Amino acid sequence: MESILFWVFSIAAIGGALGMVGTLRNTVYSALWLVVSMLALACLFIMLNAQFVGLIQIMVYAGAIVVLFLFVVMLLNLTGGVMGAEEQPLLKFVGVALAVAVSLQLGSILLRIELPWPEVSPEYGTTAEIGRALYTDYLLPFEVAGVLLLAAIVAALAMAKRERG
Amino acid sequence: MEIPVGHYQFVAAALFMIGVVGMLVRRNVIVMFMSIELMLNAANLSFVAWSRLWDSIDGQIFVFMVMVVAAAEVAVGLAIIISLIRNRDSVNIEEASLLKW
Amino acid sequence: MDVALVAKTLFIFAVIMLVFAPLMTWVERKQSALMQDRIGANRADIFGITAIGLIHPVADVIKMITKEDVIPAGAHRLLHTLCPLIAAVPAAISFAVIPYGGSYSAWGAHWSLVVADLDYGLLYVFAIGSIAAYGTVLAGWASNSNWGMLGSLRASAQMLSYEVAMGVSVLGIFMVFGSLRMTDIGVGQQETFRLLGFLEHLGWVAPGTRWVDWVTIPAWGIVLQPLGFFMFLAALMAENKRPPFDTPEGESEIVAGYFIEYSGMKFGLFFMAEWIEVVVIAGLMTALFLGGWSLPWISDQELIGWLSVPFGPNLANLLAMVVNVSVFFVKLCFMIWVQQILRWSLPRFRYDQVMHLGWKILLPLSLVNILVTAILILLVDELAS
Repeated sequence: MESILFWVFSIAAIGGALGMVGTLRNTVYSALWLVVSMLALACLFIMLNAQFVGLIQIMVYAGAIVVLFLFVVMLLNLTGGVMGAEEQPLLKFVGVALAVAVSLQLGSILLRIELPWPEVSPEYGTTAEIGRALYTDYLLPFEVAGVLLLAAIVAALAMAKRERG
Repeated sequence: MEIPVGHYQFVAAALFMIGVVGMLVRRNVIVMFMSIELMLNAANLSFVAWSRLWDSIDGQIFVFMVMVVAAAEVAVGLAIIISLIRNRDSVNIEEASLLKW
Repeated sequence: MDVALVAKTLFIFAVIMLVFAPLMTWVERKQSALMQDRIGANRADIFGITAIGLIHPVADVIKMITKEDVIPAGAHRLLHTLCPLIAAVPAAISFAVIPYGGSYSAWGAHWSLVVADLDYGLLYVFAIGSIAAYGTVLAGWASNSNWGMLGSLRASAQMLSYEVAMGVSVLGIFMVFGSLRMTDIGVGQQETFRLLGFLEHLGWVAPGTRWVDWVTIPAWGIVLQPLGFFMFLAALMAENKRPPFDTPEGESEIVAGYFIEYSGMKFGLFFMAEWIEVVVIAGLMTALFLGGWSLPWISDQELIGWLSVPFGPNLANLLAMVVNVSVFFVKLCFMIWVQQILRWSLPRFRYDQVMHLGWKILLPLSLVNILVTAILILLVDELAS
């Protein structure tokens, strides 16, 4: 059961990623393929006992970030299409070949790892445990992350706002 | 847990490589930006898998931080893209070759 | 397969999809008629029996299924067909984590009346709800229509904005009850607290004075988080795009917004999604703020204890279950009624007013609410120790 789920979600994640990069025609389709990939990744997270992170993944990536992408694409009516260097087949071929080579190399190493999974407590990955870690050991990074988000909001507003007059 | 950790890592590596290819080959700013998100996500999967392997929560905290950075990056990045499109009327990254105009 | 789980799932699915969702079409018509001094739906009949318009939902369904399904030229066929489903399915499955009863045991069997008692209960609802946004956002784009496109743009901006307000305004509840698990929140609301207890702490009355204990209040979410109740309700209604927040489908401005190019049962599915979401919102508000399945001042143990005296423990558990489920659905109907009253009383907001309310009123207010809640929790802990 678990291995079937793993294969389904991994193939969905990789297929979604390939679809995103490979769709030249329309940027909206790229964004939709990205959603497929993100949702499959969230399921993989949940399979790895990281329920909280998986749910946050769905909320933040699928629910907010990609909707924002879609909003911008639809607002500015960007149809996309083939452009610039994407028309050069040689570049594409070299890029893809290199990526496949590196992936195979990495795979030949990673697929050979044989480390047993440890038993974890039922508390592992729950909201309570993540919260405890965030507010004790990682308090400073947590606060800094909040400041970072605030700075990003201000920066985005300052840049996207049109000058009046 | 029948699937060994290496398989999860391989999925992460493959996703990361797809992201790299998207970043290098595509010239559409928005798709390039999505490729960056994909690379961040691949790293997240790697973090979660290793974190589960060592029975430690730290990797998941790191994923949390990566998501915060990704959210901030998207907010600023999309603002940049919007102003780029307003000025150049194109999503082709090669049009944005001037530092100042 | 766990029989109890299947039974629970089927029960809640049947009640929400087959009872509440069709009834909502009737409620919507009759309520608007009542509030506008009309009679409302009363024409559909079977052999002359109209049953105060209750046959209309059946007639509606037959009409919508037999209608022609039009896909406009230039539309994206696959997405155009998928969008109503993307909108309706998340709404239907998000009731899975809402408990509609406590946990009981009779004749050696134990069961609790929630389909999935997840540790991250409410996060699941939020995550599923954020997926539902795609149905709306893509519907207008996929149908290749300018009105639809405008509706989709408005919907995506509105749903993104109110997701923030929605998440932040309910944080106070988690802080008060110390859990994201919906059943924990439900059990936590069965407690009572003494309203006049502070008099003892301040030393104004002698400790142990009897009349101080008389005035108690159930620790419901609405009592502990009154501001949170209204803000969460407003955010949820905006998330559901119901009036007064229905700018994405504003009839007078953009005809019907994102589902303008839909006909037949696809159109019906968008409406189903909206009504199921009304029921889910009512369920969430009941479970989080109105004490869930419990009667005020009476906890589950007390109820079972009282019923055990005449009926014995086994039957008492069953009876308590019936009482609790009825109480839950009565509260649920009350919350649906509140939403319907708001829906037919308030005029539609202007688009910039919706955004203003979300970002400049709800978000700062809910942040202040969190701060005040945190200070109060610390104060109460300090006084109690």
